[in-house]
Amino acid sequence: METLVATSVGVMTACGVYLVLRASTFPVVVGLTLLSYAVNVFLFSMGRLKVGAPAVIDPAAEGYSDPLPQALVLTAIVIAFAMTAFVIVLALKARDELGNDHVDGAGGKLSSDEGGEA
Amino acid sequence: MNFLNCALPIAVLAPFLGALVVASLGAFHRAAPAWVAALSAFSALLVLIPAISGVIAGETMIQSWSWVPSVGLAFAFRLDGLSLMFTLMILVIGLLVILYAGYYLSPKDSTVRFFSSLLLFMGAMLGVVLSENLLLLLVFWELTALSSFLLISFWQHRKDARHGARMALAVTGMGGLALLGGVLMLGQIVGSYNLTDVLAAGEIIRAHEWYLPMLILILIGVFTKSAQFPFHFWLPHAMAAPTPVSSYLHSATMVKAGIFLLARFFPVLSGTSEWMWIVGTAGMLTLLLGAFVALFQHDLKGLLAYSTISHLGLITLLFGLGTPLAAVAALFHIINHATFKASLFMVAGIIDHETGSRDMRKLNGLLKFLPHTSILAIIAASAMAGVPLLNGFLSKEMFFDQAVVASGASSWALAIPVLATLAAIFSVAYSLRFVHDVFFNGEPVGLPRVPHEPPRYMRIPVDFLVIICLGVGILPALTVGPLLASASEATLQGKAPYYSLAIWHGFNLPLMMSFLALVGGGVVYIFRRRLFMWNERYLAHVDARIAYNGLLRGLNLMASAITRRFDKRSLQHTLAWTLGVAGLAAVAGFVSMDSPLFGDRELMDFDPVATIAFGGLMVASVVTVVMHRQRMVSLITLGVVGLLVSLGFSKFSAPDLALTQLSVEIVTVVLLMLALFFLPQSTVPISTRSRQFRDVILATGIGSGAALLTMAVLTRDLSPISGFFLQNSVPGGGGTNVVNVILVDFRGFDTLGEIVVLSIAGLGIVALLQKINLHAAETDLEGRRWNTDAHPLILQNLSRLLFPLMILIAAFIFLRGHNLPGGGFIAGLVAALAIVLQYLGNGIQWTSARIRTDMHKVIASGLFFAIGTGLVSILLRYPFLTSAFTYLKWPVVGKFEVASAMIFDLGVFLVVVGATVMILVELGKVNLLQARPGNQSKGGR
Repeated sequence: METLVATSVGVMTACGVYLVLRASTFPVVVGLTLLSYAVNVFLFSMGRLKVGAPAVIDPAAEGYSDPLPQALVLTAIVIAFAMTAFVIVLALKARDELGNDHVDGAGGKLSSDEGGEA
Repeated sequence: MNFLNCALPIAVLAPFLGALVVASLGAFHRAAPAWVAALSAFSALLVLIPAISGVIAGETMIQSWSWVPSVGLAFAFRLDGLSLMFTLMILVIGLLVILYAGYYLSPKDSTVRFFSSLLLFMGAMLGVVLSENLLLLLVFWELTALSSFLLISFWQHRKDARHGARMALAVTGMGGLALLGGVLMLGQIVGSYNLTDVLAAGEIIRAHEWYLPMLILILIGVFTKSAQFPFHFWLPHAMAAPTPVSSYLHSATMVKAGIFLLARFFPVLSGTSEWMWIVGTAGMLTLLLGAFVALFQHDLKGLLAYSTISHLGLITLLFGLGTPLAAVAALFHIINHATFKASLFMVAGIIDHETGSRDMRKLNGLLKFLPHTSILAIIAASAMAGVPLLNGFLSKEMFFDQAVVASGASSWALAIPVLATLAAIFSVAYSLRFVHDVFFNGEPVGLPRVPHEPPRYMRIPVDFLVIICLGVGILPALTVGPLLASASEATLQGKAPYYSLAIWHGFNLPLMMSFLALVGGGVVYIFRRRLFMWNERYLAHVDARIAYNGLLRGLNLMASAITRRFDKRSLQHTLAWTLGVAGLAAVAGFVSMDSPLFGDRELMDFDPVATIAFGGLMVASVVTVVMHRQRMVSLITLGVVGLLVSLGFSKFSAPDLALTQLSVEIVTVVLLMLALFFLPQSTVPISTRSRQFRDVILATGIGSGAALLTMAVLTRDLSPISGFFLQNSVPGGGGTNVVNVILVDFRGFDTLGEIVVLSIAGLGIVALLQKINLHAAETDLEGRRWNTDAHPLILQNLSRLLFPLMILIAAFIFLRGHNLPGGGFIAGLVAALAIVLQYLGNGIQWTSARIRTDMHKVIASGLFFAIGTGLVSILLRYPFLTSAFTYLKWPVVGKFEVASAMIFDLGVFLVVVGATVMILVELGKVNLLQARPGNQSKGGR
């Protein structure tokens, strides 16, 4: 089961990285969101995986999952949302002011060398 | 506590406090800043007075408080003879400068800015000379550089002032960096940054293999600060400062800070041939160069600036000679130079103030216009030249004596007394020029106004300093004797050698040298015209500034060339580099790992449902990438990924995370959908094949790394620190849901930070969306026009029906959060969804008319509750955000827990609701604006 989680983290990271490297703003935002999923699951799994042992104190419980990574990830999820929202609105603003949705705001026009292309 | 036990920090901090007072209250009255400044300097002096007698008797006073012991930093101060001598100079001359500046500044100058900068500088100087801890000293050292920058650039409208200040800052700042390195090495050698330990470790330091590099670094700091060759060039350019600043910084304080360090480290660093060669050579060159160039300056302050350089060179040379007696002579000359040079700068300021010019070719015959000032200037200049019965003569005699003593060392050393005499000849010549050119030598040429004596109080500081020159010159043992003796003992860290402060030592070689210098100086001055012409032809255009500017330009060019190499002004390029380097670092980490990649922790069995879910997650991720050009499709699959992640959280015992992820997922998809309306519906493929291939390789590599790393962790056992939280959650936090208790109680401060970030993001988005002007596509990808129908009836009715239910659920989740999965974050997201659903189902106009609450206020009240809970615990004398709880019995509900953390959680709830709704609604309103009647084709969806 651990293998599944690890592979999922890997796949989400890879997909996120690929999308983040695109030239238009929207795929980059989608990629960032994927990356933040990957990071959250990664952080969460630092507390190891346990089934059926939520960190709610109960005399009958046999064990608990690690609550600390969970608390950290909980706020990370909300912050990731705030970041996504900010970046997408930044992308809208860039489109408004620059007239295109290229991440460098140039649409490949300003720099003709390989840095400018997508 | 006896305040004497913290007199030193009080004295150091008093000017800083004064600067604060001046900066905040000084605007009330023009004269107020000067009074506050004088008061702070005076109070600093006052708290030190009780300590003076003890220090003169040879005591060392150390007042120390622990600060960051792990790095060796302590809030520690030291008052011994050496620091006392400097402290007195800083404070007494500081007071005189404050008095003087009060009359010098014109009504156009801001007294608030002037005196607050001056006080900052004074505090920083006091900190330098009174620090016991070397790291603390470095902090104050940097502060002197920064505050002197403010002072030199005081007349900001003048280009030369800005340039001079920047040059001073660049040169001394570079020196500060070198000094930092040197002091860190010194601290590593000794094992302590406390001066007491360092001063006791001379043998170890000199024998250490780092001695030479450390010495060079420290000396770069010293030489830049004290304007020693080849770093001397900044000082003349710093003369663009107002004259009171020059008088303070370039006579007694700033430039003496480097000299102070020479004296401070004299017992541990001197006594080696490296010391003698480096310090001695730099001092000698500076002495000669300064004296020679000073003669050719036409600007009064320029002459004084080069003369200062020359005298600093003399002092450095004396320390370089390395004998105890030379050190005593150096200390003596520090005092003498401070007094006569401060007064001469003030005279230059008076002349500039009264005549409107500082050009010695125009200033002639001022004796009859300013008789009193002229007499003072003549006495001070004679002290500078080393005329008997004045203080400059005494220390110069000691210098000559030491030069003669040093000449016995080798045949090379014979040059020392010869060169010393040569420098003294020029010193006499430029002093003579200062006196003769300005006060005699015919009539003034083309002065803007007829000069007259300055206001009485502007002259009093000069009177005072000249009296000291005379007093020390005539009765040295009675006036300066005790102070010099204790300073010498503190500098040498032991008994001072025998020296005599008498005026008459009989006919000896030093006296002959003095005589030669006086006569020679006269001769040089008489033949000055020929020298001037020669200088004009060959040397006048030589300026270290050209080299400095060239160096600076070169550095800038190099920096931008390197930047251009790496920064192609492309996010993709930069990101690829960053990710690539991060990937390489990870590979290096994997390769250098000693243990096997995977541990031997027992793994869980595969479970068919989870396998399908995670398989789906991976497939959805890949589809998101493959379909990323069809943005709507990739957005939907992104939502699938998020939902499956939340299922994963719930599978692995994290119900809180599952709930949060679920609600955030919905909000995110709505948000991206709203935004997508204004972006192209599809991505045009513009990447080259090779670029795509490179990115696939990079992504696969990083993804595999992430997977391997996760697996490496998951197969290892864990000894978590969470036991504490699990044990204390109920007894300490009063809740059984440990995750929530951590959020609102144990790590409440983190959560506070996070909701602040959330609020700022919300506000930032509102700001970005102001006056945004976007054009939406008129059709979807297949060319269908958007549906402009009113909001669907079923959604409309259902959303209204659901609203109270959702709010009820939010309340339920919120209330149970402390004990069962739930809490402020999740409840906030659910409530936000309830509100957003109304906007989606019923439209903005309908909903805005019903939900009138300003979300800014909701966010503000949320922060108010959260911070307020923390502040209440401070009021009750507990640490910030300490929570309290109790159990109440309610008639129907039963036993009910009331925790102050609930109020904190309420704050979290409100911020989340406010920020989320605000972000979505503001974005939705943009849609509305674009979809107004007339823009029919761009109707809402």
